[in-house]
Amino acid sequence: MSGIEFILAGMLAAATPFLLAALGELVVERAGVLNLGLEGMMALGAAIGFIVVYEGGGHVAAFGAAGLAGVGLALVFGALAIGLQANQVAVGLAVGILGQGLSSLVGNSYESLTITGLPKLAFPVLSDLPVVGGLFTQDIIVWLSLIGTALIWAMFRYSRLGLILRAIGENPTAARAIGYRVTLLRLWAVVFGGAMAGFAGAYAATVYTPLWADGMIAGRGWIALALVVFGTWLTGRIFFGACLFGAVSLASLVAQTEGWPVPSQLLSSLPYIVAIVVLGIITSNKRLLKINGVASLGEPFGP
Amino acid sequence: MPAPLLSLRKMTKTYGQTVANSAIDLDVAPGSIHAILGENGAGKSTLMKLIYGVERPDAGEVLWNGAPIHLSSPAEARRLGIGMVFQHFSLFETLTVVENISLVVPGSKTDLATRIRALGQDFGLLVDPFAHVHALSVGERQRVEIIRCLLTEPRLLILDEPTSVLPPQAVGLLFDTLRRLRDGGVSILFISHKLDEIRALCDRATILRGGRVTGDVDPREHDAHDLARMMIGRDMPAPLHLDPMPPGELRLELMGLNHASDDPFGIGLAEVSLRLHAGEILGIAGISGNGQSELSRLISGETVLPHGRRDEIRMLDKPVGHLGPAARRAIGFAFVPEERLGRGAVPDMSLADNSLLTAHPLGLLKRGLIDRQAEASFTAACIADFDVRTTGPDAEAGSLSGGNLQKFIMGREISLHPRLLFVAQPTWGVDIGAATAIRQRLVQMRNAGVAVLVISEELEELFEICDRIQVLHKGALSPSLDPRSTRPEEIGRWMIGAAGVAA
Repeated sequence: MSGIEFILAGMLAAATPFLLAALGELVVERAGVLNLGLEGMMALGAAIGFIVVYEGGGHVAAFGAAGLAGVGLALVFGALAIGLQANQVAVGLAVGILGQGLSSLVGNSYESLTITGLPKLAFPVLSDLPVVGGLFTQDIIVWLSLIGTALIWAMFRYSRLGLILRAIGENPTAARAIGYRVTLLRLWAVVFGGAMAGFAGAYAATVYTPLWADGMIAGRGWIALALVVFGTWLTGRIFFGACLFGAVSLASLVAQTEGWPVPSQLLSSLPYIVAIVVLGIITSNKRLLKINGVASLGEPFGP
Repeated sequence: MPAPLLSLRKMTKTYGQTVANSAIDLDVAPGSIHAILGENGAGKSTLMKLIYGVERPDAGEVLWNGAPIHLSSPAEARRLGIGMVFQHFSLFETLTVVENISLVVPGSKTDLATRIRALGQDFGLLVDPFAHVHALSVGERQRVEIIRCLLTEPRLLILDEPTSVLPPQAVGLLFDTLRRLRDGGVSILFISHKLDEIRALCDRATILRGGRVTGDVDPREHDAHDLARMMIGRDMPAPLHLDPMPPGELRLELMGLNHASDDPFGIGLAEVSLRLHAGEILGIAGISGNGQSELSRLISGETVLPHGRRDEIRMLDKPVGHLGPAARRAIGFAFVPEERLGRGAVPDMSLADNSLLTAHPLGLLKRGLIDRQAEASFTAACIADFDVRTTGPDAEAGSLSGGNLQKFIMGREISLHPRLLFVAQPTWGVDIGAATAIRQRLVQMRNAGVAVLVISEELEELFEICDRIQVLHKGALSPSLDPRSTRPEEIGRWMIGAAGVAA
């Protein structure tokens, strides 16, 4: 398998943890809330998901439990940041650290154990194509994530719910004045974001690399956060960004196996370097940010 | 009189120690236009928030068609048939007109667009349903707000200071629309502080002063003096009179200023030229959002031009386009911005510390450290000279009412003895007493030979104090107009961009 085939085959799976977490965060931020606790929510989802599979609960239960763990942390965040209108940055960081701590605690006795992942499902005909065939052989979660991406894109583009979320993110005061329950809607958005972060963590620990190691999320939550800005709060661009990061993280593996004379530490830090560079480029375009951005992002709102 | 649609009995609302509404009684008849008349701070907005369910009263009763009701949210008020058009619109700028409306009114977008067009035909409220709100003029946004209310088929429509954002011509159109609505059976609560508008439009007027009802009359049976007396407790102050003065030396010159706005929803400036001399007041008229904020940032130095274009702005015979605010102030410029809180003053800091912000060159610093005594005495002098009602120099700027804080900021800037003074929206949200005092000060400055530039939305104000008026529309400035020989309607034509063709 050539390097390019390897990257194409693995890109979507590598992108899925980023994508799931970033889609959840997209909904949260569109509603005007900044949840910086993503990394911790993913870590706890990963630990819980791994434990459920290891103890014989199967993948469905694992994703369910991981989603609930994410929702639990999201409710802590929501109670403080939305209910009590605390500073969202501070609460987000605190909940994130809490999630990471909890993941170390519950995962302590499972360190370095492994499980079996999920089988890959091939798309008939397309998966037999040369070079790009690998793209069409993916596990069920990848296929579901792609469907989820399309659904969220359609929600923001066509549905009333998408319109309402955009409205409360742009101007919560006006949204309340015309009769929307901003606090409740924001809380639901945060709960959704928490569940998606939990799923993202579960995918990373039970499907993508089916093993548990403390700290295995390794900054993917932060990259997912950056992806939302990177994608200027548009679903399609976030999907593209997630694929790019997936590909870049695989490229560093290819470079290592093919023995490029580059320090491996530098190669494995490639996704983070790309994140910084791309964010720098995107955020220098003020016009783009203002048109697609969320006007009330991170500002506490009380009735 | 028929049984009232809405009745308020003894409505009371206090915020901390301030009584915003005290035992207010109000009866709105079906199919009538009812005015709520009062100064800024008289309690009009609080009363409307109580009726629309945004705030809850401490005491009092609301009757709707004779039955007592409790309003706890705007959604509930809307279900009853109460609609509200806000002074600062509650529209979403990044959405289209039809998307904004579909947030409130059920139905598909194509269906709604047809209804929006039909309603526009019937009531003279024409607007493109698929335009983005950020691309609309203020008048069009107001139409969208009204359409959004009307599509919910309200029985009572509340309009909060609807004419404050409109040019004179559009006011007439709005009044026609409101009369048609009344004749169609909708009751209207019309909030205003403009006496002539109320006398032209309204069937009934309830007058508020200091949170209490001071009159409940038919405005057509009373002249402006009577209404003013009820509203401010005395006669309206006599208009100021400008003695002609030969203009002095050139103090401010803009030469063909072009500037693209940083804000994608903002308005760029196109070939803006003006000349301002010592001893005159030049007024910039126009509806907000036509480049006023861009222009004021360029003049104040908050937006800096590249070095090569420094000659496009000249103050006191020096090119200053490349200089920041401090350097411009150092040569004799002073500026009172439109936003008092956050730009003119820091809300959380004491008045004394706020003095320091711009008045530090007047000996308030000693070897780089703050001279607290000098700071306090400067502030106390400002408070006394400009009749600022406050507890003293230690009061937080944010605790002052709009009018008092404006008087303080004006005082601070005037104490700098500027040779060129620039004031944006000098009396916005200020009560009549304070507004009169501020205008008098501006005229005194002019008589003392200061060059004064005023940006204002209030045409009456500009007509009262200006030697010349120029109108800003879509980033372009009209030629200089003489208020003594120009009618307000002509200024109005420049405000909507209809005069350029004839000129």
